[in-house]
Parts: sequence; C-alpha cells; structure tokens
Amino acid sequence: MVDATTVRQRAEAFLAEHDPSGLSPLDWLRARFDAGLAWVHFPEGLGGLGAPRDLQGVVDQLFRGTPDNNPGRIGIGLGMAAPTILAYGTEEQKKRFLRPLWTGEEVWCQLFSEPGAGSDLAGLATRAVRDGDDWIVDGQKVWTSSAHLARWGILVARHDPDLPKHRGLTYFVCDMEDPGVEVRPLRQITGEAEFNEVFLTGVRLGDDLRLGEVGDGWRVAQTTLMNERVAIGASGSPRRTMMGVFTEAWQARPDLRSHDLHRRALELWVQGEVMRLTGQRLREQLLAGHPGPEGSGMKLLFARHHQEVSALEVEFLREDGLTYDDWTFRRADGVDFLGRGAGYRYLRAKGNSIEGGTSEILRNIVAERVLGLPAEPRTDVAAPWKDLPR
Amino acid sequence: MTLLYTEVEEELRTAVRDLLADKAPVAAEGENPAAWHGLARDIGVAGLLVPEDLGGAGASAREVAVVLEELGRAGTPVPFLTSSVLATRVLVDAGYADISRLASGEATAALCVSLAASPYRDVPAAVVDADPAAGQSAVAAAVILENERVSGRFTGVAGALGADLLVVPGDGGLVALVESAHARIEPVVSLDVTRPLATVTFERAPAMVLDGGSVPDALLFAAGLLASEQVGIAEWCLAATVGYLKERRQFARPVGSFQALKHRLADLWLEVAGARAAARNAADQLAAGGDARVAVAVAAAHCGEVAVRAAEEALQLHGGIGMTWEHPIHLYLKRAKADAIAFGTPGDHRTALAPLVGLPGPE
Repeated sequence: MVDATTVRQRAEAFLAEHDPSGLSPLDWLRARFDAGLAWVHFPEGLGGLGAPRDLQGVVDQLFRGTPDNNPGRIGIGLGMAAPTILAYGTEEQKKRFLRPLWTGEEVWCQLFSEPGAGSDLAGLATRAVRDGDDWIVDGQKVWTSSAHLARWGILVARHDPDLPKHRGLTYFVCDMEDPGVEVRPLRQITGEAEFNEVFLTGVRLGDDLRLGEVGDGWRVAQTTLMNERVAIGASGSPRRTMMGVFTEAWQARPDLRSHDLHRRALELWVQGEVMRLTGQRLREQLLAGHPGPEGSGMKLLFARHHQEVSALEVEFLREDGLTYDDWTFRRADGVDFLGRGAGYRYLRAKGNSIEGGTSEILRNIVAERVLGLPAEPRTDVAAPWKDLPR
Repeated sequence: MTLLYTEVEEELRTAVRDLLADKAPVAAEGENPAAWHGLARDIGVAGLLVPEDLGGAGASAREVAVVLEELGRAGTPVPFLTSSVLATRVLVDAGYADISRLASGEATAALCVSLAASPYRDVPAAVVDADPAAGQSAVAAAVILENERVSGRFTGVAGALGADLLVVPGDGGLVALVESAHARIEPVVSLDVTRPLATVTFERAPAMVLDGGSVPDALLFAAGLLASEQVGIAEWCLAATVGYLKERRQFARPVGSFQALKHRLADLWLEVAGARAAARNAADQLAAGGDARVAVAVAAAHCGEVAVRAAEEALQLHGGIGMTWEHPIHLYLKRAKADAIAFGTPGDHRTALAPLVGLPGPE
C-alpha cells in the first residue's frame, strides 16, 4: 500500500521537475495526471497511485497555488461520471475518458431525470433501440446542469420496455455533439438558467459507449448516485457559510435586530454548528475506513439549514429584503450562494431539498437503509414497465 | 481531537453496558445499589475524574461522557452524575485530600445547588463569616457559614438522598463539606423518579471549609457532559420505537412501513446523529481543558431538546402502550424533561452563545 511518505515524495519530485510557469496550465495538468497525482486513490495509469483516498490531502496541500482543473465547473465529471467509469468502464473507456475529464478539457453532464421520472428514476421512458453495432436513443431529459458546456453525458435509457422497470435499463455515455442532441436552457425562479432541457432525437451511440452490461443500468446508476451523496455529505466545511453571511448582516445592522429574530438566529446558529460537527464526524469515520450512515442524512440537514437561514436573512433585512439583485435571464455557470443577494440565496436554497434526491426520498432512504424499517407495499416493481399506469 | 470513540472508550462502554445489562436490565425507579457497586468497584467509574495520586483513574471528560451515554440509555438510577461528576469536580478543584472515599464509590457526595441551577447565573451560596458592620446580617443571608458551622436551606438538590457528604457552595470561592448525618434531607416528590430531588437543611452543622472549587465551572462542566446522557436517552427512545414499529401491525402491515411514520423517525435519527457529534465535541473540549463554552452551550442546547423530542416521539408512536406505567418510556420522558431543565435550559445555553458567536441581542 502506498503511504503518505511515498505520496509526498512523488509530489515533491513532480514539482521539482515541472515548473508550473514553464508549461501551459493544460499541459501541466496532463503531466500531473500522468504522474498519478490527480486522484491518488485511482489506479496507476489512470491518474492515481492506488493509494488511500485520504492521502489526496497531502498532494493538494503541496500543490496549492498551481493550476487547477476548476472543480466547480467539472463537478459532475469528477464526482459522478469518474467513479462510475472507474467501476464499470472497459479499459478502453477508462483510458479514453478519465484524463480529459480530470484536466477539465471535457465537461460532463448527467442525463438521468425526465419530465415523467423524477424521484421514480427507474420509471424513465427514454428509449435506446439496438441498431446493428449502434444504439438509437430518443427521449427527453431535464434539470441537466452543464449540458450546454458538456462534451459527454452519463445517460440512463430503457432498452427493453417488456421487462420490469429496474431491469430494462442500460447505462450509456452520450455524445453531446451528436446532431440529435438539442439543449435548451431552463429558466429558474432565480431568473437565470443553471440547467437545461435536453431533447434526444435519433441520437446514434456506438455500443462502445455503453457502460456496464445491457440491463445493468439501474445498478450502474446506483454507483453514480451513491457517489453523488458521498460527495455532498463528505464535502469539507466551506470557509464562509450561509450563517456567516447572516452574522455579518446582523452585525452591520443593529437597527434591524429584534428579540424574536435574535432567538431564531441563535437557534439557527446552533443548528449550523451541529451540522458542521456532524459532517466533521462523518469525515473522520470515512478516513478511519468506517463510512457512517450519517452521509445519507447530511444533505437533509444542509437543505433545511440553508432554507431557514436564507429565509431569516430576507426577513431581517426588511426593506432591503424587498429588493432583488438581478432577474436577467442568462446562463449561470454554477451556484453563487455567497456572492449574490439575500433574495437569490432564499430562492436558490429552495432547490436544495429537491436536487440530488428530494428530502422526502432521502428520508425514505434513511428510514429503510439505516433504520431498517419496511418499505411501502409496491405494485410497480414486478410488472413489465410498458404495463404500468402512467 | 476526535469526535469518534477511542478503543479504550469503546472498552469502557462495553464494560458498563454489560454490567448494566446484568444488574439493571430495564429502567426502573428506586436506587440500584447492585448496579452502583458494580460500576464503582468493578469498573471504577466513580474515580474517573479523580487524579491517580488521589486514588482515582485520572481519566477525562471523554470517558465520563461514554459512561453517561450508557447510563442514559439504561435509565439506571445511580449517583454517577451527581457524585462522581458534579460534586467530585468541585472537590478535586478545591484540593480535597480525602477524596479516595468518593473515588472508590464507597461514599457518595452531592453538591448543594438546585438541579435547575444555570451555569450562567449566581447560585445561592453561603455567606461566609457574615459581618453585621458591613451590612451583611446573618439573618438576611439565606445560608451562612460561620466559625466552620453552616446554616441554611437548599432546595431541588439531586443526589442528596443517600449521599454521605454534602458540598455547600460558599461565597468568595469557598466550599464547605458537611457529613450528611448533620443535615436534614427531605425527599421531594420529583418529576424524574429516577433522579429524585431533596431539600437539604443545615442548622449550625459542623463543616470543613475548603478554599477553591468553582461552582459555576462545575455546572458548566456538568451541563456539557449531561449532553452525553441525553444522547443515551435519545438513542434508547429511537431504538425502542424503531423496534416497535417493525413489530406492530395495523391495516395488515407493519406500521413502520407507513411513510408518515418513517419520515418522523428519519428526522429523529438525524437529530440524534447531530446530538452525538455535539456531545462528543463538548466532551472533547472539556477534556482538553481550554475554553469549552461554545462547545458546551451548543451540545446542551441541542441534546437537551433532542432527548425530549425522542421521548415524546417514542410515547406517541407507541400509541396507548406508551401511556402506561408498565412500559419504561415514561421513565425516559421524565428523565429527558428534567434533564432539559438541569444545569440550564436549552434557551439559557443559546442566550449564552450570543456574545460568544457574534450575535449580540437588540439594543
């Protein structure tokens, strides 16, 4: 097993040989990938050293100030596509996709949700029909962040409607440059468009773009979703928090304080601190090799806290709370919680309990997988998908 | 620092849990001498906070917290919190030399403050050597300590029934130690039947006066550790309720399969997970010995409310059986509600946070 000393030596040797000022940022990132210092827990030859995941911190600390791959822009690739490709991809697929994914040359998006399949993802209707060595894909996907920037998408489609819903799914890498892919921005309540509708019309995908076996789509998608939750649950504490922004506003405007607001602010401060400690304990468990079930709950805490703090902030600001910074319909690269106004925070936080699994679905997951409570009786699991009422 | 449990802490937990499973399998009111003797003599929990050279284990708040979690879970009436944590903390602070009696568990002590006392307010303390010329009349003072004799009355004292030693807070950083034979200790009909209160009255009782021993510090210490007992209470309530909802059938299915109930338990589980992190953090900060005020206030505010909510949810979700005297839920509810008043309410702890976290109140 590669230990911290080895990782440190490799990283120091790399820095000695590769002066960031002597290479273009992209060339420097490619060299870093080839040296196994991109994600040390990945295998050798695929940007890693086969080291324990927590040793990444050693590299990140040494590489501070060097060119980065803009992780905010390629979050779906890093957090969801990469672990799925690693788990289910062929050697050719791993070689083809992982390097440009990590360097940021190729952006990825996630083609999972549909107008008719949100929480019930396994009920999705996008069809993939075999055509010789290819697949022809038709359907509509929605809530697709970064689709307008993406070179590739991770796609779940139905290859056999005669099978029960979970068994008729196959997982693909979708070529976003195919002429049958149409991306339309979807304006959201904040005024801007973070995500898109994606229309897939006769999209032709080679069978070499299939990830996992035919019919294995649900299992492969679970890997993607599990990694999404780990990414959300285990992410480090941001330097500035929503509560920090509120506290600054509170300190700046003593004239707006009231006893009622004060009581609620203190409750939320405690809630935020408990959430921070819960996340810290979760990360300690992950590092100790005992991933705790807290991960599935962190997103619930985070959604509620963001919503309650941002709602209190708008109320606290009174007349300023009646204003909004910018309703312009434009593309947004990501979520700018702390750079925008209180109204934006309030509206954008509403999405926190919907995106990446609604809070209701997450409560079911906690209740069934953590507490072991029985599932609701279901009638949609065994029947052929085509016979389900819609 | 770590928010996890060390191997030693896990071993201590196992020892306490096994002993309680044997001596105190279900929560019950009334003292449990067998459980206490086992905990104190066989495992040595009474001496955890006593330095090794004074006959104790020289352990820290982290180990104490683990014991409290288990006691909270088991609902066992033993004087660990009142004697081995609160009173012992004051006496160790005050340099009491003969503390090995407490460390071994052969004697127990109680601090004469109300269980409802807040670490953020002054507690009634004995006026030492009242000087009528300075306007301090012995008559006006509630408690006086004069010529090594103490007089006065303390209400709401937990752990006094059955205690051998009573620790009386005095002003000017003094405490006085009185043998309980010299006090009148009257039981009070208490909400928490597993930790009954008493009124303690002294009439010129002979006292040993010790210099030092901060009562507010000890109350803050106890508040931070009580959070771990509250975690244990909440865990028992959650586990008992999950178990019951898997068994109980209505409408031809386990009631635990209804989403309306599952979501309530998922929320409760999350609150308990947060309570554990906050309580571990408080224990860790108290063990480190630095300024633990924020960690204590956060843990006390959160865990106090979570334990009560867990007990209330347990009662509601058990239906009628939760209302019966026979089922132990009521013991946990009463303990949880009393604990949420002990050493400051959640609101007191939140208020105390205001100046510490940059959220001053309205002017």
